[in-house]
Amino acid sequence: MIQLFPLGDSAFQVKFGDTISEETLLKIRAFMQLVEEAAIAGVTEMVPSYTDLIIHYQPLKTDYKSLVTQLKKLATEIRALQITDQKTVRIPVLYGEPFGKDLQHVSQYAGISEEQVIELHSKASYLVYMLGFTPGFCYLGGMDKAIGTPRKEVPETKILAGSVGIAGEQTGIYPIESPGGWQIIGRTPLKLFDPKKENPFLLEAGNLLEFYPIDNNEYTRLNEYSDG
Amino acid sequence: MGKIRIHNPGLLSTIQDMGRVGYQKFGMPVSGAMDIYSLQLANSLVGNAPDEACIEATLMGPEIEFLNDTEIGIAGALTDIYINDKQVEASRNHQVKQGDVLKFGTVKQGCRFYMALAGGIDVPFVMGSKSTYLRGKLGGYCGRALQQGDEIETRSKRDFRQRQINPDSPILPKETNKIRVIAAIESRSFTFNGIEKFLSEEYTVSNQSDRMGYRLNGPRIEHHEGADILSAGIANGTIQVPAHGEPIIMLADRQTVGGYTKIANVISTDLPLLGQLKAGDKIRFVEVRLDEAHRLMREQKKNLERAVKVI
Repeated sequence: MIQLFPLGDSAFQVKFGDTISEETLLKIRAFMQLVEEAAIAGVTEMVPSYTDLIIHYQPLKTDYKSLVTQLKKLATEIRALQITDQKTVRIPVLYGEPFGKDLQHVSQYAGISEEQVIELHSKASYLVYMLGFTPGFCYLGGMDKAIGTPRKEVPETKILAGSVGIAGEQTGIYPIESPGGWQIIGRTPLKLFDPKKENPFLLEAGNLLEFYPIDNNEYTRLNEYSDG
Repeated sequence: MGKIRIHNPGLLSTIQDMGRVGYQKFGMPVSGAMDIYSLQLANSLVGNAPDEACIEATLMGPEIEFLNDTEIGIAGALTDIYINDKQVEASRNHQVKQGDVLKFGTVKQGCRFYMALAGGIDVPFVMGSKSTYLRGKLGGYCGRALQQGDEIETRSKRDFRQRQINPDSPILPKETNKIRVIAAIESRSFTFNGIEKFLSEEYTVSNQSDRMGYRLNGPRIEHHEGADILSAGIANGTIQVPAHGEPIIMLADRQTVGGYTKIANVISTDLPLLGQLKAGDKIRFVEVRLDEAHRLMREQKKNLERAVKVI
């Protein structure tokens, strides 16, 4: 049984757990899928995070009581591991120079070679827990702790979109150009976010993400950016 | 088709509609008008669909030249309106001719006003909305605030009908503003004393306030434990309290997730009033029940439907 807590008069907050875990993520995904399939009138969007789901609705276009009843009924049908939409997205990365200016620092901090950093970073499979912070920014789980490196003490004023970085025990990709303190180890030629595309976002919560190394030629061939 | 030219953009003028709905799960903020009530009023004045995009002006309005005959309607913050240096009545729609110049005085009451153009503003839909998201540099006119020299396309006007806003329809700030809220589940993380302060003391909108949210100054609200939570989704009007104890109200350009404890959420009916507050304005929070909030929403919708009449 789930509890629907009001978040104002036009959204519910639903708690699925207290800590970051794959099981919680899969429960949230399964519930989202059920609600989407039920196409309940008045539900406008759902926003998942590590442990919670926010369900936005239009109180003037739906009967509140029947909405609550329908959502609670759907929640009884959650079968956490039976979700059908888990897709794997492979992200090409040009590691090291000219974009990954901090690869050397990460390798020194980890006490391993740059090649080993690349290997550890690209052999893991990462779970996209949530998106937020900036449009298209993914919170990923699953990085090998051996390559964990603290953020920069003084953040850079400009990090290019597509930059792949490490901050503490997290790894991530900058979807838009922004300031930031992550250790940049490479860059993907793909746009994670392009408002002009019919599907503007490459990734969504619940996806699996894998990085794979590419060379300069491949980078140029796949490049979607106009800078660099 | 028509065009307007911006002679002077004013303090901050952007194109906004009801917001970009459906992309928050990708981290895309909703944006949209800070006062959707006045946006709808302005559109109704010129016979547009209520959710058409308008120019949202802030504290000091823009100066605009019309390159074609058209019709305008203005609603929201109170300001003197001049067409070719002649003051015109604020609560009515106006026909303007090619070459006419529109100017505004500084805002006298409120913070933001909305200018609707008959037929609407012709900028591309980005992810289903014409709203400008400034930090993401997208939507509206070239993803940014209006600048001197910009020329914005407008759609065709229809036959003119004189309309007027009811004198009791506008929602404008007073000396102290009652803002009604619904408690959030995380309000359990605050001390009894903290909640009591939040609901009884006066808070002031600080100068660190913009379309993303308002930081408030006032009595500090204590947490039982830490103020940080695992980032989770937020809504329009969500009030977060970071460790320093002073609340922040998240508004149109808010991030989609937040990492601070939520104490409460402003009800939809009072969000337009919040959009009319500026630095220095005073707020008192009052808790209401969810069913009361829904009743108030229905009431406001009815008010909106009879706010503008043809005269």
